[in-house]
Amino acid sequence: MIDVKNLYKDFGKDIQVLKGINEHIKVGEKVVIVGPSGSGKSTFLRCLNLLETPTSGEIWFDGKQINVPKVDINHIRTQMGMVFQHFNLFPHKTVMQNITLAPIKLKLMNKEQAQENALQLLKRIGLSDKADAYPAQLSGGQKQRIAIIRALAMNPKVMLFDEPTSALDPEMVGEVLDVMKELAESGMTMVVVTHEMGFAREIATRVLFMDDGRILENAPPAEFFGSPKNARLQEFLSKVL
Amino acid sequence: MEAVWNWIVQTVTGFGDDFYLNFVKEDRWKYLTNGLLTTLEITVLAVVVGIVLGFLVAIVRTTHDHTGKLKLLNAVCKLYLTVIRGTPVMVQVLLIYFGIFASVNVPKLLVAVLAFGLNSGAYVAEIFRSGIMAVDVGQSEAGRSLGLNYAQTTWNIVMPQALKNVLPALGNELIVLLKETSISGYIAMDDLTKGGNIIRSQTYDAFLPLIAVAAIYLAVVLILQAGVNRLERRLRKSDRR
Repeated sequence: MIDVKNLYKDFGKDIQVLKGINEHIKVGEKVVIVGPSGSGKSTFLRCLNLLETPTSGEIWFDGKQINVPKVDINHIRTQMGMVFQHFNLFPHKTVMQNITLAPIKLKLMNKEQAQENALQLLKRIGLSDKADAYPAQLSGGQKQRIAIIRALAMNPKVMLFDEPTSALDPEMVGEVLDVMKELAESGMTMVVVTHEMGFAREIATRVLFMDDGRILENAPPAEFFGSPKNARLQEFLSKVL
Repeated sequence: MEAVWNWIVQTVTGFGDDFYLNFVKEDRWKYLTNGLLTTLEITVLAVVVGIVLGFLVAIVRTTHDHTGKLKLLNAVCKLYLTVIRGTPVMVQVLLIYFGIFASVNVPKLLVAVLAFGLNSGAYVAEIFRSGIMAVDVGQSEAGRSLGLNYAQTTWNIVMPQALKNVLPALGNELIVLLKETSISGYIAMDDLTKGGNIIRSQTYDAFLPLIAVAAIYLAVVLILQAGVNRLERRLRKSDRR
C-alpha cells in the first residue's frame, strides 16, 4: 500500500535527518516505529503524506508515486489520516465542526451526512455529549480521541500517528490507546510513531527501530522485543523497558 | 502664577459668554458637526481601503513565505510597505493631493480616502501578517493533512484565528487613523480639526474650540473602543473552559 524507496531528507545543508529509508507497508499492517529522539521517526512519518517534502527518493501510495509534481497531493491526503502529538484541533470550531469541516468542504458528504457520520464516530468513542463543546473545554485525552475520529471521518485507507500519547497526562494515555487498539482490530492500516512499548508489543504486526536516520531493525514484536539483533536496539530496549 | 490664576478666573466666569460666542452665535457649532461628519467619512472609507489592501498584502507576503510562489507580487508589496512606512503620512497626503492629483479634477474626499487608505494599508498588512504567523503551524498542518488545499486551510482555519489575534491591534490602528485624518485640513478638507480652526479664526478664541474638538475626538475613540471590545468578547467565545 505504501512503498518508500531510498528516502533521503535534509534540513538545510548540514542536517541529514533521513539517510536512505526503504520500507514497504501492506494493507492491514500495523507498523510501529520506535527509536530515540532525533532519530527521524516523525520526519519519516511526515514524509509519507508529504507534510515534509523528501530531498530525494520515492513515496508510492496505492500503486502511484506521490512525490511528483503532477500528483494532486490534496486528494491523496484525504485517504491518509494523520494524528498529531499536539492534537491540533481547531480551537475556534466546535467538536462537531472540527470533524465535519473537511468532509463538507471537500464535498465528500453533505452537511447532514457529515453530521450523522460524526455523531456515529463520537458515539463510538463515548463522547457524543461533547459535540457542541469547544476544544478548550476538553481534556487532553478527549482532544486526542476527537482528533483521531476527525481523521477517521474522511474514511482514510491508512492512519498515521505521530506520537499520539506523548503530550498526554499519564492517566489519559490509556483511553487514547484503547481507541487506537479498537481501530487496529477493525482492520485499519496503521503507521504509529510512539514511545509506548506495551502498545507496540500488543498491537503491532511489525516494529521498526530507527536511529540516526536509518531503520536498524524490522521485525514482528515477539522477535523485536524477545531477541533483538541490532546492538543499538539492545541498548535502547535495556533503557526503556 | 498670577497670570495663570487670572486666566482660570476669566475662563470660568466668562464661560457662558465664550460658549455663546464660539458655538451658538452664527451657528458656529455647525463647523464642528459638519467637520465631524467629514472626519468620519474619511476614516470609515479609508479603513475599508486599508483593511482590504492590508489583507491582500498580508496574504501575498505569507503565501510567498510559505510556498515560495508570487515572487514578483511579493517584491511589489515589500516596496509598498517600505515606502509607506518610511515616510510621514503628512508628506504622503500632500504628495498625493498636490503631486499626483494636481492636474486631475477628482473629489477631495476621494483623494483623502485614497491617501489615508494607502497609508493605513501598510500598517494593517503587517498587523495581519503577524497575526497569521502567530497561528500555530500545527493548525495548517492539520488542515492540509485532511486534504484541504492551501487556500481552504488559510481561509477556514488560519484566518479566523489570525483575525482574533489581531483584533486589538486592528482596533488601535482604527483609532490612530481617525486621529491622523486631522491633517486633512492641509488638503482643503473641512474636517473636525479644520472646523475648530475656522471658529478660532472668527472668534480669536483658541481654547474653547480646540477643547471641543479634542472632546469630540475622545468621544468617538471611546465609542470605537467599546465596539472593538464587544467584538473581541464575541470572538473569545471558544476560549471558555
